[in-house]
Amino acid sequence: MATDGLHENETLASLRSEAESLKGKLDEERAKLHDVELHQVAERVEALGQFVMKTRRTLKGHGNKVLCMDWCKDKRRIVSSSQDGKVIVWDSFSTNKEHAVTMPCTWVMACAYAPSGCAIACGGLDNKCSVYPLTFDKNENMAAKKKSVAMHTNYLSACSFTNSDMQGCDKKAMVWDMRSGQCVQAFETHESDINSVRYYPSGDAFASGSDDATCRLYDLRADREVAIYSKESIIFGASSVDFSLSGRLLFAGYNDYTINVWDVLKGSRVSILFGHENRVSTLRVSPDGTAFCSGSWDHTLRVWA
Amino acid sequence: MSSKTASTNNIAQARRTVQQLRLEASIERIKVSKASADLMSYCEEHARSDPLLIGVPTSENPFKDKKTCIIL
Repeated sequence: MATDGLHENETLASLRSEAESLKGKLDEERAKLHDVELHQVAERVEALGQFVMKTRRTLKGHGNKVLCMDWCKDKRRIVSSSQDGKVIVWDSFSTNKEHAVTMPCTWVMACAYAPSGCAIACGGLDNKCSVYPLTFDKNENMAAKKKSVAMHTNYLSACSFTNSDMQGCDKKAMVWDMRSGQCVQAFETHESDINSVRYYPSGDAFASGSDDATCRLYDLRADREVAIYSKESIIFGASSVDFSLSGRLLFAGYNDYTINVWDVLKGSRVSILFGHENRVSTLRVSPDGTAFCSGSWDHTLRVWA
Repeated sequence: MSSKTASTNNIAQARRTVQQLRLEASIERIKVSKASADLMSYCEEHARSDPLLIGVPTSENPFKDKKTCIIL
């Protein structure tokens, strides 16, 4: 009972050396299949033309930094949350505010729109994830109808209505199997904290944005990083990333107030967008891909098309 | 006594790390050339339906302002 099912030759030292040799084997196996670079294969693909993307709508109304936003499936409504403790639902076509909820805490770091369009979920420093049903009845107090769905031991940094099965923790990006609760793949090539991860539309790859000022593309079937999106002139961290519908473009919001648009296959930057007056904290492409929305510490959200 | 529990914990953790690494090392992988080719073909297939990539006419994009013509 003292040995606790330990094999006689399984000491801490031997386990550690086995771990080291396994890590080496993992790197070897990954390297064996690294026969070519993505951008080399992509050389035969047509280069993208000039992109003209401008701010088409500016959503003003938050009293403090915008921390998170999400699109509704109807492709026009947006929910956003802010450090001022408010969660606002906007009609992005008209820029009208349709709903506003005041959370009992400031720093509402996460918000999401339900696929049905009838509710929003949000949370932050209150350690809870609360779901609010959306109602247009002026007599109904939205805050009164809220339902707490989860209690965490620390602040809520992200929430989503679908099975969000990825997590960037520190410099590692881990892919989890939701059914078994196991981590099936791990990637550690970033040099600093990862701030955002997003699946490629086909589901076979994902992109990450990090404080090391780069965005990287990892292919899940090749089990390795296949592209780095970086420039010497970009020295500020990327806070959020999202793909366009076809996966050819990667939009990334940075702490230097800009949004860079990358050609996913060729690895080159196609456009740089200016407009925000402070860090870009959140970025999502609309469900039908006609536009994307960025939220910033400058208290506004911008819709670009 | 406490040192024994600490070392058992360390060993348990090390064992878990080894098991996790064994799992990761044993997954099936494909060549980067094949993965890249698949990513490229996905992009090409869906390029036509990507409004941000190819651009849609102003009349169809709800965010682009339509300028109405005024006959004076």
